[in-house]
Amino acid sequence: MRSNTFKTLLLGAVFLGAGAVAASAGTLDDVKAKGFVQCGVNGAGLAGFGAPDDAGNWKGLDVDACRAVAAAVFGDPSKVKYTGLSAKERFTALQSKEIDMLARNSTNTMSRDTQLGITFTGVNYYDGQGFMVKKALGVSSAKDLNGASVCVQSGTTTELNLADYFKSNGMTFNAVVFEKQEEADAAYDAGRCDAYTTDASGLYSIRLKMTNPDDSIVLPEIISKEPLGPAVRQGDDQWESIVRWSHYAMLIAEEFGVTQANVDEMKSSENPEVQRLLGVGEGVDFGTPIGLTKDWAYNIIKGVGNYGESFERNVGEGSPLKIARGLNALWTKGGLQYAPPIR
Amino acid sequence: MTLRDKTADETPRSWVRAVLYDATIRGWVFQGLVLLALILFAVWVVHNTAANLRAANIPFGFDFLNMRAGFDISQKPIDYTLDSSHAQAFKVGLLNTIIVSVLGIILATIIGFVVGISRLSRNWLLARAATVYIETLRNVPLLLQLLFWYKAVLSVLPGPRQGYVLPFSANLSNRGLTMPRPIPGEGFEIVMWSVPVAVALAWAIARWAKNRQAATGQSFPVFRASLGIVVGLPVVLFVVLGAPLSFEIPELKGFNFAGGMVVHPELIAMLLGISLYTATFIAETVRAGILAVSTGQSEAAFSLGLRPRQTMRLIVVPQAMRVIIPPLTSQYLNLTKNSSLALAIGYPDLVAVFAGSTLNITGHAIEVIAITMAVYLALSLITAALMNWFNARVALVER
Repeated sequence: MRSNTFKTLLLGAVFLGAGAVAASAGTLDDVKAKGFVQCGVNGAGLAGFGAPDDAGNWKGLDVDACRAVAAAVFGDPSKVKYTGLSAKERFTALQSKEIDMLARNSTNTMSRDTQLGITFTGVNYYDGQGFMVKKALGVSSAKDLNGASVCVQSGTTTELNLADYFKSNGMTFNAVVFEKQEEADAAYDAGRCDAYTTDASGLYSIRLKMTNPDDSIVLPEIISKEPLGPAVRQGDDQWESIVRWSHYAMLIAEEFGVTQANVDEMKSSENPEVQRLLGVGEGVDFGTPIGLTKDWAYNIIKGVGNYGESFERNVGEGSPLKIARGLNALWTKGGLQYAPPIR
Repeated sequence: MTLRDKTADETPRSWVRAVLYDATIRGWVFQGLVLLALILFAVWVVHNTAANLRAANIPFGFDFLNMRAGFDISQKPIDYTLDSSHAQAFKVGLLNTIIVSVLGIILATIIGFVVGISRLSRNWLLARAATVYIETLRNVPLLLQLLFWYKAVLSVLPGPRQGYVLPFSANLSNRGLTMPRPIPGEGFEIVMWSVPVAVALAWAIARWAKNRQAATGQSFPVFRASLGIVVGLPVVLFVVLGAPLSFEIPELKGFNFAGGMVVHPELIAMLLGISLYTATFIAETVRAGILAVSTGQSEAAFSLGLRPRQTMRLIVVPQAMRVIIPPLTSQYLNLTKNSSLALAIGYPDLVAVFAGSTLNITGHAIEVIAITMAVYLALSLITAALMNWFNARVALVER
């Protein structure tokens, strides 16, 4: 849309206008000075990951990533301001310092990690791309989609995976590309496309928005690896560590059974791993070296909860999406979520 | 006291004064200073941008244009595959922008002239209908209209298997208008070449008729003769050469039609929205142009014995055109630029393809946006140049 092009131009103008400031100037200092974390989230609203609820409060797994960082820095998870971004705007917004961190269901890929001047700090959701089709088509596998029209959002890894998948399977397709997710949703709903493709987690969330959710089914094939995670600007190692370890702290908390409810009791735990996590004991301080306080992780767990709690609340059984943990279970339970130790 | 009394004294001091106060020299000096400041500013902007990009670890350059694009584009006027480069994707986007702009301009002009003249009609119903149309569509934002037309096109049309069957194997569904694709056979290029030949011939006849009328006063039915030649010559050749043209008929295979040509619903919605919107402005321009020609002109023509149609064609329209064309040019430029709203409804124009997918995949925001802006600037300048040339031709030569 025009306003977005305008926004992109503006972002470009920021590069032109800003004096030659070194990119490594401390993001943490900036954040502390202004009193909040400016976090880029999904502007269209992706239920379960980043979307405002009925009361206008942002909720979701990605939103919790922002809240965790705010809790670590300020001891208060509500000190976040959100910037809704389209897929197209997100990286430019981060590059141009419009936001301090990006948590917008963004896939970590080599080119993004190496060529955009940004760094992914971890994976808060292991996803994969899938297809949704109308039941009436009688299709049961993505391999049956030869010749189909496929609605897809522009500027996503999805757009490229879609092309690769059809090509490698010797099938043809016609991509109908929309700039915004809402527009792609509406076009699929109106019957413009036979299939809709995005990350599987997104498909479940988008299916619920259709006029008749039961008319559509999600096909079983997962055609790509989509490790979604937060990203920060390159060149600020301290800030990168804070965002990275905010996620790890939530994982470690889940691993050792520290929850939002019992975090105060856990302070008296004898487990040295838990003591190091919560900053309990003489000389146990892993927060100060990265510019935080010794109870940084305590604040995260107290304010946001551990990873498992966040997952269940936003996308798991406690949410309308009801997505199983699957790859996102802890490594101790057969999943891929694994945090290095605090030591 | 005069400052520049050269005859009075020729001392060096007065020479310096003369230079200092000379309007021409002063003008050059100040313009030179402003130019220098501008150049320095541009250098600073470019240098500073490059420095900032380096500091942010973002590579700068145009090598990305040769990288594999890897995404699909729904409307491909030229060869484009998943293995094509971003440069090729750029060309596809550019052509799609040109297609929607040129078709939009043609449609908007036709609708605009018809509605503009209708609004001046003595027929009450026709005039009021034109007024309502103009006032409604002119005052609603174009983006909303595009979204409306896209939604309308998609909801009115049925799925591909239940599509409306039209004559000549065409089919209209929510996947677009599918039509047979012409495949030129042997000798078809002769038919193609006969068209410019016929046009040249028609032009020669028009010239001859004009000269003859000037010399002898006899008129000649130029229009009918020209039409006969331009249509007749290619048709006769086509038949003589044994109709060297076959068609690829679209067939319903699986989900969609395979083969043939498709006009996608995005293009249909785009053309509906953009031409109906711009036509309202053109209609007002046309009305203003016609009203600007005083009735005395027509009365004078009638008194000379010209017929109403001749009066319109020879007296009113040429004078009205002088008023119509400059604002018409602005409308054409607006339409071209407004075509960038296409990405809202999934039409793959330059902004959607290049400033959308390519920008995102490569991340070269500044380069991509700079190229895109340069393209729109170039398109607008070309349109303006053509229209200025046309304006100079039809402008009334005052004697």
